[in-house]
Amino acid sequence: MQLTVWTYEGPPHVGAMRIATAMEGLHYVLHAPQGDTYADLLFTMIERLPKRPPVTYTTFQARDLGADTADLFQTAAQEAYERFKPQAMIVGASCTAELIQDDPGGLAKALQLPVPVVPLELPSYQRKENWGAAETFYHLVRAFAGQDQSSDETDPASERAHGRPLCNLLGPTALGFRHRDDVREISGLLDRLGVDVNLVAPLGATPADLCKIHRADFNVVLYPEIAGTAARWLERTFKQPMVTTVPIGVGATKEFVQEVAQVAGVDADHVLAEAPSRLPWYSRSVDSTYLTGKRVFIFGDASHVIAAARIAHEELAFEVVGLGTYSREFARNVRAEAEKYGVDALITDDYLDVEQRVSELQPELVLGTQMERHIAKRLGIPCAVISAPTHVQDYPARYSPQMGFEGANVIFDTWVHPLVMGLEEHLLGMFREDFEFNDEAGPSHLNHVSIQRPLPEASGEEIEPAATSESQSTVGWTTDAEKELRKIPFFVRGKARRNTETFAREHGVNSITVETLYDAKAHFGR
Amino acid sequence: MMPSPCRESRQSVVVQDESVADAQSTHRSILRERGQREVFCGLTGIVWLHRKIQDAFFLVVGSRTCAHLIQSAAGVMIFAEPRFATAIIEERDLAGLADANEELDKTVAQLLDRRPDIRLLFLVGSCPSEVIKLDLTRAAQRLSKTYAPQVRVLSYSGSGIETTFTQGEDACLASLVPELPEAGAERSLLVVGALADVVEDQFTRLFGALGVGPLHYLPSRDSQSLPAVGPNTHYLLAQPFLNDTARALEERGAKRLAAPFPLGAEGTTQWLKAAADAWDIDDAHFQDVTKPGRNRSSRALERYRDQLSGKKIFFFPDSQLEIPIARFLHKELGMHLTEVGTPFLQRQHLERELSQLPEDVQLSEGQDVERQLDRCRLESPDLVVCGLGLANPLEAEGLTTKWAIELVFSPIHGYEQAADLAELFARPLLRKESLEV
Repeated sequence: MQLTVWTYEGPPHVGAMRIATAMEGLHYVLHAPQGDTYADLLFTMIERLPKRPPVTYTTFQARDLGADTADLFQTAAQEAYERFKPQAMIVGASCTAELIQDDPGGLAKALQLPVPVVPLELPSYQRKENWGAAETFYHLVRAFAGQDQSSDETDPASERAHGRPLCNLLGPTALGFRHRDDVREISGLLDRLGVDVNLVAPLGATPADLCKIHRADFNVVLYPEIAGTAARWLERTFKQPMVTTVPIGVGATKEFVQEVAQVAGVDADHVLAEAPSRLPWYSRSVDSTYLTGKRVFIFGDASHVIAAARIAHEELAFEVVGLGTYSREFARNVRAEAEKYGVDALITDDYLDVEQRVSELQPELVLGTQMERHIAKRLGIPCAVISAPTHVQDYPARYSPQMGFEGANVIFDTWVHPLVMGLEEHLLGMFREDFEFNDEAGPSHLNHVSIQRPLPEASGEEIEPAATSESQSTVGWTTDAEKELRKIPFFVRGKARRNTETFAREHGVNSITVETLYDAKAHFGR
Repeated sequence: MMPSPCRESRQSVVVQDESVADAQSTHRSILRERGQREVFCGLTGIVWLHRKIQDAFFLVVGSRTCAHLIQSAAGVMIFAEPRFATAIIEERDLAGLADANEELDKTVAQLLDRRPDIRLLFLVGSCPSEVIKLDLTRAAQRLSKTYAPQVRVLSYSGSGIETTFTQGEDACLASLVPELPEAGAERSLLVVGALADVVEDQFTRLFGALGVGPLHYLPSRDSQSLPAVGPNTHYLLAQPFLNDTARALEERGAKRLAAPFPLGAEGTTQWLKAAADAWDIDDAHFQDVTKPGRNRSSRALERYRDQLSGKKIFFFPDSQLEIPIARFLHKELGMHLTEVGTPFLQRQHLERELSQLPEDVQLSEGQDVERQLDRCRLESPDLVVCGLGLANPLEAEGLTTKWAIELVFSPIHGYEQAADLAELFARPLLRKESLEV
């Protein structure tokens, strides 16, 4: 058993739901007890989809367990077919139904429904959401790819008519982090390269569309966590090469363009020449001096973390002080990336481990998921969200991709806005004791009297690093040193406290004075 | 129990409800359905219970689905480390129950080490733990011995195969009843069902002014001050979903004061009156004490009556609060009830509610969500009360909806909240009227 406070991923059948909900003309019959319908709200509330996920839940109860849950499944599947008339169905079990071993695949087959039924076996006690999505997509692709043998030359609707190379965009799902906008951005980029899109899948595709997936010349794997398995099978089966660079960030987008150009045999020069992102200039503009060396901690799914680390390091000149992922399937890739920055990758799906690491590192910016947003909020550290799991705010009304050149613009804004920058940073540092110019004072133009708390005594509002065995050592602060620490702006105070305590421990100082504080400052710099 | 072949049970069955004694309701037809249920399971109750009982911790013994459910239902409401967690069953726990018990003990040790402030630990059963027959009652006894007197360990089931949404609170409170100390000879009043603290304080003032008491609440705000119960305890249900808790209290000798629920001004008055009568409080005094509340709520409700009167409302089943709320919306605000669905119709406790409903309302129990959606579209009501999975899709179809979950997560009981409750229904209609995009 694993003690879990929050979970980064849902169970694997939620992954299957993300595929079913992204697609059209597909219906999912899920053998599940009452309560599992909660997953509908992820789509209708968090993503604000205006339709119900195409899922029928059998809703078995305790009293059915002694009777015939298999019969219940068959009735539900039959009724779902008749009501929704999908092109194809997927059937499977949630965690509880897995235990009663009813074999939804066999039961559905026995019904002899007039549409293809793809059975899913998603082991709930071993696997999680992204794996479930990848497995579901793979089984659907396997079931349908190559089924449509009509020649594309004779098909007037075929994109091939234009004589341009054709690709599939694979991986975008429902409940993805900015998937919809990424597809639009990358489709536009491919169009400028002279490449047409044969099929986007699973988002917006029907089972019938999947029958034509083999017609493309190559596959673009936008989200390896979801499309990797299917794309590797397509490569083996239909000799479709894969483009695997994830185009997040200016550098990665340029590499993506080059990789596509090479695979598709098109010219990339004009696209690379225009590379219409403001990020490079904004990062080089003098104001961004304040970004240089900011210490960042990065956590999320593997692809977004790897991309974010590169952007942070190469495109914003941040210092990557820690990174990690909950995608255990991609642990090796993330470890390799971490090595580049000389840090240890944190591979965990335990939120408490991540919280502890963040509080130990005291970074100046956290790039993470909605979970890390909570952690950062509690620790008083600025944060930007870069990866699923998501929240309603991660589905903005405006066009807001992460991928491509526009995605790089979005990332620059999203990461930089939470930070205190420029002259503001200096003034906060210089006039820390101005009564209405500090982090506890409300805005003076709002004409409210902010309650001033006496400096040294006001220990309640200080956000202490979580107690670890290390920080519980005997180092104490004198009142004067504590007072001096409070003159340091809040956004670096945590780091200063940690550095000073480390310095004191290393030098056998038991009581930190003002002198110790400045000795530590000189020792660590900045 | 009759075996229920599903082909039969999935059909809708219309029955004449004869269990309701009241003459008005005797011939009311109730539609009973079995099919897909679009409701939460009992685990969801943890979302409010863990805030109510401040030194209690809820450990779900379940799957990743359970953990994901509670976190999705609780969503962004929780910023601190919550007083709940899930012991996620893994592949190796399924190999043998001995191992599962050992694993559970280890997990509890880990938890109590991390949270030494816990005084009461609930082991909460889930669908998977029920199916693998992991006996949490015995586990709780075993662990209680280990951690007594520091920590008391209890267990209940919040599984979807046994409980629907608010029934989780029922199961939790029922598990507390055997733990309550024995009450003495003095007559006392126990108010049963989790209420917002502010509402509890209002009721405490009212009962105090009436001279009804001593007064206690179940659940109490912490596990160290559990109310006593015994043959001289009279209890008033504050929530309509507390079937098992009521039964457990009666086993301890407590007597239920039959009343409608304190939703809306009239409901509140009738509810208070039931206690006042049991305490032989003079009616003039009762009128005096309740007058300010009655007057304020009637003034506050006035402004919503114009907005809601004559509007058609349709309830999907959710929290079992549907019938008392429908009664309030109909009687005090003049709304027209079409179908009122409830996951489970607890006739005995709802007797005084059902008798106040109009003749033409269609009651339904259980759910086949597709069929119910068909009926809802056919009715085209002005307002649909439904769960979070259905609300946006129905809005996209042009219907106006009220999320049912807000009725559980907001203070709605008592005089001072009657207008807040009305406002929850008026606002979606106001929004629909105001928007010009």
